Amino acid sequence: MKVTYYPGCSLEGTARDYADSIEGVCESFGIELQEIPDWNCCGSTAAHSINHTASIDLPGRNLKLAGQLNNADLLVPCPLCFNRLKAAAHELQEGNGHGFQTKLPPDLPKIWDLANFFATGEMLQKLSSGLKKPLEGLKLVSYYGCMSSRPPKVTGADDFENPQSLDKIVKALGGQPIDWPYKTDCCGASLMISRTDMGFKMVGKILEMARRVGAQGVVVSCQMCQSNLDMYQERIEAETGKFFGLPIMYFTELIGLACGLPGAPNWLSRHFVDPIPLLRKNRLI
Amino acid sequence: MQPSLSPDFSFLQKAEAAGPFNAAECFQCRKCTNGCPASFEMDLFPDQVIRLAILGQKEEVLRSRTIWICASCETCSTRCPNGVRIAELMDYFKEMSIRTGVSPAQPHVASLHQTFLGNVRLTGRVFEGGLLPAWWLKSGQLGSKIRSGGIRNEMKMALKLFRKGRLATTPKTIKGKAEVGAILRSS
Ligand code: SF4
Ligand code: SF4
Repeated sequence: MKVTYYPGCSLEGTARDYADSIEGVCESFGIELQEIPDWNCCGSTAAHSINHTASIDLPGRNLKLAGQLNNADLLVPCPLCFNRLKAAAHELQEGNGHGFQTKLPPDLPKIWDLANFFATGEMLQKLSSGLKKPLEGLKLVSYYGCMSSRPPKVTGADDFENPQSLDKIVKALGGQPIDWPYKTDCCGASLMISRTDMGFKMVGKILEMARRVGAQGVVVSCQMCQSNLDMYQERIEAETGKFFGLPIMYFTELIGLACGLPGAPNWLSRHFVDPIPLLRKNRLI
Repeated sequence: MQPSLSPDFSFLQKAEAAGPFNAAECFQCRKCTNGCPASFEMDLFPDQVIRLAILGQKEEVLRSRTIWICASCETCSTRCPNGVRIAELMDYFKEMSIRTGVSPAQPHVASLHQTFLGNVRLTGRVFEGGLLPAWWLKSGQLGSKIRSGGIRNEMKMALKLFRKGRLATTPKTIKGKAEVGAILRSS
């Protein structure tokens, strides 16, 4: 199966670990990723904050290019890119189109949030039948963040207050998903650099709750959530005097691990809070 | 808030023409504020921004810390029972404050957005490795970062990322960078 792929800027840099795990998993499940040729940055928070026109035309250019490929599906791992592509499609298709440069082709591929793509009945079935090392006994909370679900008018999500995709994937992999109240609370990614103090408070709250409900780790599908909860965890522990010790893992890494893909241990070794001791304890590595 | 108020309804009319944001539908239930994860640092709560916008209190809104503190999490717009697009209106006010030369109450937040878009304009994609240093320079924080030793934390993180193969060292320039430049210039 061939799909169109929009990795987005951070998957070429700080989220190279996520990118590698996605490429590895897709290859093993026979999903061929065809990158949008010459794609550009979606504009991210910066564009929608201070330049509305660009916040539609930047992702608009990517949609236009995606429309030139002949695939039915467009996979987007970064939830913010996903959100901006959906927002552009929404505005350019449902709005009056005034003031924007982009003219969209009539046929666009279906824009997928990557976790949702892997949580369809058919894909879950494939995951279960590919299991080599079920994640037995691994207690995980799924953290979805904001952008894959909100606002539902743009994302099309129907379970936006209580999303299920990652929980279903963890379950299909034999792990133990734990229900918790902070699935979609904001980690403050857009403020982490310019108002680090606020970012620390918002992340601290989430980590504390994950700990309180007895999670051994957190599953994510967003590289901003991942880096916020992972890279700063030690500093937040030092500032608050609380201990979290929570590895923050991409769902694709867990798929790799449970399905015995050779790359998985390497993908998992590139975080700040090391997941390896936990996985060893559970005899998964 | 001001003791005597002269409402200026043209302020919201203009905003709605650019939106629509449905702000006039607000019945002040405060559901937006109650679910807002960033309210703890705000000088105006989201429902107050809406109220003041309806009354045309331009200065109070554009000079507020709130519009820049808003984390764009979209919880408010998602939950508002009246379909008010609060988060999108916050963005509209940010853009307006920059375009009309109102100095932002959170200058570092604003300058990060500007640096980011400047970075995209150069190559068509964001080069993470260049973003932070450029922003420190633009926002005048480089000197204080060096003096306070805060830069050491950043360097340590960058080094760790580099060792893990997670730091690109050169920017990628796309063929369509002129198109991207045009999108960012003309608007
Ligand atoms: S949730 Fe909507 S109606 Fe309620 S106060 Fe906020 S903007 Fe007004
Ligand atoms: S979008 Fe902004 S105002 Fe709305 S809930 Fe999130 S942080 Fe608060």
